[in-house]
Amino acid sequence: MQPVGAAVPLRVDIAEKTFRSAQGVSITALQDLSFEVRQGEFACLLGPSGCGKTTTLRILLGLDKDFSGSFQLPEGGSDRIAAVFQEPVLLPWRTVEQNVRLALPKSLRTKNLDGLFDTLGLAGMRSLYPAELSLGLARRAALARAFATEPAVLFLDEPFASLDERTAERLRHLLLTVWSARPTTALMVTHNLREALMLSDRIIVLAQRPAHVLGMFDVRLPRHYRNPQVMSDLLRSFQQKFPGVA
Amino acid sequence: MSPPDTGDRPPGAAAGPSSQSGLAAALTPVLTVAVSLLGLCLLWGLAARAWPSRAFPGPGQVWQVLLAEAANGDLFYHLGATLGRVAAAYVVAMVVGSVIGVLLGSHRSADRFFAPWVVLFLNIPALVVIVLAYIWFGLNEAAAIGAVAVNKIPNVVVTMREGARALDPSYAEMAAVYRFGLLDRIRHVLLPQLQPYLAAASRSGIALIWKIVLVVELLGRSNGVGFQIYLYFQLFDVAAILAYTLAFVAVMLVIELLVVQPVERHATRWRRRPA
Repeated sequence: MQPVGAAVPLRVDIAEKTFRSAQGVSITALQDLSFEVRQGEFACLLGPSGCGKTTTLRILLGLDKDFSGSFQLPEGGSDRIAAVFQEPVLLPWRTVEQNVRLALPKSLRTKNLDGLFDTLGLAGMRSLYPAELSLGLARRAALARAFATEPAVLFLDEPFASLDERTAERLRHLLLTVWSARPTTALMVTHNLREALMLSDRIIVLAQRPAHVLGMFDVRLPRHYRNPQVMSDLLRSFQQKFPGVA
Repeated sequence: MSPPDTGDRPPGAAAGPSSQSGLAAALTPVLTVAVSLLGLCLLWGLAARAWPSRAFPGPGQVWQVLLAEAANGDLFYHLGATLGRVAAAYVVAMVVGSVIGVLLGSHRSADRFFAPWVVLFLNIPALVVIVLAYIWFGLNEAAAIGAVAVNKIPNVVVTMREGARALDPSYAEMAAVYRFGLLDRIRHVLLPQLQPYLAAASRSGIALIWKIVLVVELLGRSNGVGFQIYLYFQLFDVAAILAYTLAFVAVMLVIELLVVQPVERHATRWRRRPA
């Protein structure tokens, strides 16, 4: 639809991230973690739980500045970032629509959101409060908020965790629909290999703590060819390349 | 609306027992309050009749004084003066106390340093603050309102500090990622989370403030309910003292019903609708 950013990739080069506990014990969460996500590419960060995926995302979101190394966010069109967190994190005292509009820059506050709400099946729920939504609908609202901002890069932190598989599957398709309408550089954290194979162009496989990149797995097949048969082939070749992961 | 009548119910009952009981349920608390207050007046009247004395007038006498004071305008002038001081001291105490409380609640080291100050100010008697304010700043309106506010601020600080400690960091992080402006953060993220604590501080605040305002007026002002009570104390006119007291209590009750409760209902509208 619109030109999105220049060809600057998301470049991550974190030398080290260490947590210090109150007792003075230090735990190295990330070490020599470097990877790149190309412009307009949907990448997944896959790794065992507790390996530091969310820590990486928090650093990229600018929420954790206590690390050594550097990273570069894609620029261009807008320099905004958007995030879909593990929990929906909607303001409970604002309606669905207000939650979405509040996240928009002042110049976009009044923009027409009908199409986005329609696509996500939220058209009739714009005036509801988050407490009136099911978890699945709340996550759709969180997706709407992320995409409405037209970000230069989108971060997703296991956005479909704690949903039943059918709802999660439907939301993955919705995510692909809105993402395809405006392909944005995206980095999604997940420990679900099937989800990663279904959604991403490239899977960045992380090792156990301290996290570093074990390898890349490129899924070059267009998403609409990824039927169950193809998925199980992809699964097999992934497991050949990374035995013991997932 | 109602299903076809089966014939075994009286016509009145078919209209919907839920709406009837709903009305009754809404009226019961009001009726209970009215009956309760009437009972108190009755008891007061009986006691005044049993021990007749100039120092213990009955409700009828107090009512007469109230009407007389209202007719010559004194009542409204003094009520207005006191209400203005209550409002000013309330605003100052809530704003200053909230800012300090939120800062202390979100900065652990500052809290450790200033916590003894809070305890100290919490325990300074109201009277001492008032006397010192009048000595240092003179018998003027600013000293009076400031003294009342200083008495209330430590309470607000303690409540709002708890509120700030209970803030959910995930909302602040979401606001940071989506680059909310400062005003949006305060209005849409911070204040709604602090609302229950603000409500608690307001409730206990108004009651405390108006009592302290009376002392301030008694010691160094020439109008207001406190000044009038002091005047009638010197005249030993108990009926007038009670008239002014009850009038102001009534005003505070009206404020509670017409301002505080609607504001609170509006602030918690997102909570009441069930999922």
